[in-house]
Amino acid sequence: MPIKVRIPTPLMKLTNNQSELSAEGETIADMLNSLESQYAGIKERICEENGTPRRFINIYLNEEDIRFLDGEKTAIKDGDEVSIIPAIAGGLNG
Amino acid sequence: MTDFTDEQVERYSRHIILPEVGGVGQRKLLDARVLLIGAGGLGSPAAYYLAAAGVGHLGIVDFDRVELSNLQRQILHSTERIGMLKTESARMTIQNLNPDVQVTTFNERLTSQNIRALFENYDYIVDGSDNFPTRFLINDACVFMNKVNIHGSIFRFEGQATVFQPKAGPCYRCLYPEPPPAGLVPNCQEGGVLGVLAGIIGNIQAVETLKLILGIGKPLTGSLLIYDALETEFRKLKLKRDVECAVCGEHPTITELVDYEEICGIS
Repeated sequence: MPIKVRIPTPLMKLTNNQSELSAEGETIADMLNSLESQYAGIKERICEENGTPRRFINIYLNEEDIRFLDGEKTAIKDGDEVSIIPAIAGGLNG
Repeated sequence: MTDFTDEQVERYSRHIILPEVGGVGQRKLLDARVLLIGAGGLGSPAAYYLAAAGVGHLGIVDFDRVELSNLQRQILHSTERIGMLKTESARMTIQNLNPDVQVTTFNERLTSQNIRALFENYDYIVDGSDNFPTRFLINDACVFMNKVNIHGSIFRFEGQATVFQPKAGPCYRCLYPEPPPAGLVPNCQEGGVLGVLAGIIGNIQAVETLKLILGIGKPLTGSLLIYDALETEFRKLKLKRDVECAVCGEHPTITELVDYEEICGIS
């Protein structure tokens, strides 16, 4: 059983508007490469060049922020759910 | 003592009969001081329900005027008020709904220069702003001044809400240390939004504010609520304090307010 990855609205234009993808791998880093192999360009939107997530994007394994686990080396297993959550500013005032 | 007029007893009867609110809770609401940043998509529903609930002192900060394109979601305003200051339109709507509420309007843009004076007389800050510089400014001021920040944001069909309570939980910079650079994250009016999504998230901000004032239930402190309107799904993610946070961590490096440049636009 693969890992379920939740794609946030701002990145959905890179995934043919899919809000949920399947990925393979043993760590978050593997999962990001798995996403990249399906939708080229998505990894650079999520990560810096060195592979760490950008500072305005957090990645959650199930309910936990991976920064407080083992970062991109955090182990993942079948059935886990990963959420990619960027900062959004809108209150749509204007 | 609770000390209500007959009219207040009737107006708030559905609150007063709730054991969790009662006369004592209703008095807390009438004495509470809440500042809304923005009388727009999020601020409109939040202010409307806080006023209906009898929150006695509402401050509203906004420097815009009502535009036709606002009315798809900004329910404090109306067609006949196009061109009017949003703060003034908000005051009229709120006072028509509930004359118990004392509305103070601040027709200005939040900056590092005025934010302390604006926040000083309020205990709860409802962040309904629409850009990153303002959100970081609000966060830092709330940490420095020990104010509770009730946060909401929306984009297209998705919304986020949480409560940042200094010391009790993380702050906005624990989540996101810095505003994103231009071009990488949608900002400002881009992308559109399902109008009613502002109602859902703004009302969650109102509920959290009321719970905090009343001291009941469990606030969203330490949790990020994500609402996906298309999937009809709510998710709660755990948020933690970052000991290395530049503003609320153990060795803060940001000790003064920062004005970031407004960044709009994405490729």
